[in-house]
Amino acid sequence: MNAAKQDLELVSLTKRYGDTVAVDTISHHFKPASYTCLLGPSGCGKSSTLRMIAGHETVSEGSILLAGRDISPLPPAQRGTAMMFQNYALFPHLSVLDNVAFSLKMKGVDKSERDKKAGEMLELVDLTALKDRRPAQLSGGQQQRVALARALITRPQVLLLDEPLSALDPFLRIRMRSELRKLQKELGISFLHVTHGQDEALALADEVVVMNNAVIEQAGPAREVFNAPRTKFVAQFMGGHNVISLPEGQVAIRSDAVAPTEAGQGRIEASVVAVEYQGTHVSILTRAQGDQEVTAVVPDADFYASPHNPGDLIGLTWDQTNQHHLTA
Amino acid sequence: MQNLRESKSLIGWLMVSPLALVLGVFLVLPIIMITIVSFWQATEFSIIPAFEFDNYEFLFGSPVTYTVFLNTFKYAIITWVFTFLIGFTVAYYLAFHIHSLTWQVALFLLCTIPFWTSNIIRMISWIPFLGRNGIANTTLISWGVIDEPLEWLLFSDFSVVLAFVHLYTLFMVVPIFNTMMRIDKSLIEAARDGGANGAQILWNVILPLTKPGIMIGTIFVVTLVMGDFFTVRIMSGSQSANVGRLISNDIALLQYPSASATAIVLLLTVLIVIGILLRFVDIRKEL
Repeated sequence: MNAAKQDLELVSLTKRYGDTVAVDTISHHFKPASYTCLLGPSGCGKSSTLRMIAGHETVSEGSILLAGRDISPLPPAQRGTAMMFQNYALFPHLSVLDNVAFSLKMKGVDKSERDKKAGEMLELVDLTALKDRRPAQLSGGQQQRVALARALITRPQVLLLDEPLSALDPFLRIRMRSELRKLQKELGISFLHVTHGQDEALALADEVVVMNNAVIEQAGPAREVFNAPRTKFVAQFMGGHNVISLPEGQVAIRSDAVAPTEAGQGRIEASVVAVEYQGTHVSILTRAQGDQEVTAVVPDADFYASPHNPGDLIGLTWDQTNQHHLTA
Repeated sequence: MQNLRESKSLIGWLMVSPLALVLGVFLVLPIIMITIVSFWQATEFSIIPAFEFDNYEFLFGSPVTYTVFLNTFKYAIITWVFTFLIGFTVAYYLAFHIHSLTWQVALFLLCTIPFWTSNIIRMISWIPFLGRNGIANTTLISWGVIDEPLEWLLFSDFSVVLAFVHLYTLFMVVPIFNTMMRIDKSLIEAARDGGANGAQILWNVILPLTKPGIMIGTIFVVTLVMGDFFTVRIMSGSQSANVGRLISNDIALLQYPSASATAIVLLLTVLIVIGILLRFVDIRKEL
């Protein structure tokens, strides 16, 4: 198959609920066979966007293109997408095997054939031993893998994941996210993953799409979005950044790119408010001109070579290349 | 510690005792009494305490018993079919096609309106409607659908079942609606995502998940219909009988031992039916 023809693209996609605009004319081209995270705070429109792509929400305006055709008027099962729901939405009355085989049963595939295919899918997610159990008899991680197998059995071109890790405990979350990443690489299809956790997005995504207030704030490779935020919202939401007003305008600078110096030798002057030891690093919270809070994160060895105490006046400096101009 | 645990169990006993007392005096005791009386002897003019199986022998020896029990089952099954079809449809519509909670509550209350009048009045109101010169017949004649009044509209099996369905459909709607409201809506989306159409979702997802509610409604309807005697008497114009009428006739003739024996057999029959129903579905999840 031609990879370029499997592209997913949103064209001026809009979703309105009465007078509220949940998604405001967003356009984006998703790279084929890539792992994309839709990232944003709750209510930013990321879930509505995903549900529109899945077909569980009608499109108010605009279109969704997959493999060159507009899929927005099609029913969910004919779009070439499959969705994995936030709470997994497994059928409680069906066994694991029957859950996975559900879509084949709907297509009228006969029992032995669909059990064989579902069995293969369960092998992929390593759940063969539990195929006769009911969902209620499984752990959260196992339920998630069943949901994954059920979505993948339809051979989707794009797998849509709605906050897939939010129901898991932190330990399992980290393990499952590496499994998701591995699976995406193996299958070579696009994963579109909605999350509100920037650490999750950074760890998983080839491309991060940050949304806020119904629009896309910034999209790009994870490293680019984190390193060079274009707006104040992105800088603050991704974390680890200082947003400082300088004479040339607002800029974002990574906290670990800010270095303390002797007073009078830095780019700006600041007084130390608090010092926090964080193991490998020490975080120095300072108050600079105009009552701006600026945090410098310094390797612990450097800090203890020339320690600062709350109340000290210091200078703060950074490399010009680390300073990113913010447009909003 | 020991003291506390003891006092806790004491409090527990105190809390169940009022209900236990009510059930004991008004349910268990009467049933025991009926059981005892069912073994007594009766003649045309006297009742003699005894322990004999005469009443049961007579009951199981009479072909009337079998006819009447069969008739009772017939009413129960036909009524069940209609209350289920109507109840499921109404509940399905309320739960899945009405999206605003206010409308759901409003329409649900609308369903309960018939219950604001007494059973007997609701039943008797059918008589002027269905009678030989009733509203139904005169309307049909004036429309030219029929030339002479339909005789089977009133005082027939039709009118009995109609009254039962009218009286008891709500007992089907309520538990089914209740179960349906608990079905996670994302399951429907997941089914649609898997390519299921409306009918497939209904058959493969909603119906199996609604089984406990259907079963509770079924128990209500079946027990109510099997235990009824009044509806059958009024609506059949005393032309057909069920077990309840058998008992009420015996009581009218002061044949208490015979009435008791019939009542015990009916009770056991209903319990067996419920036992069989519970084999199919685990309703504990619902309670």
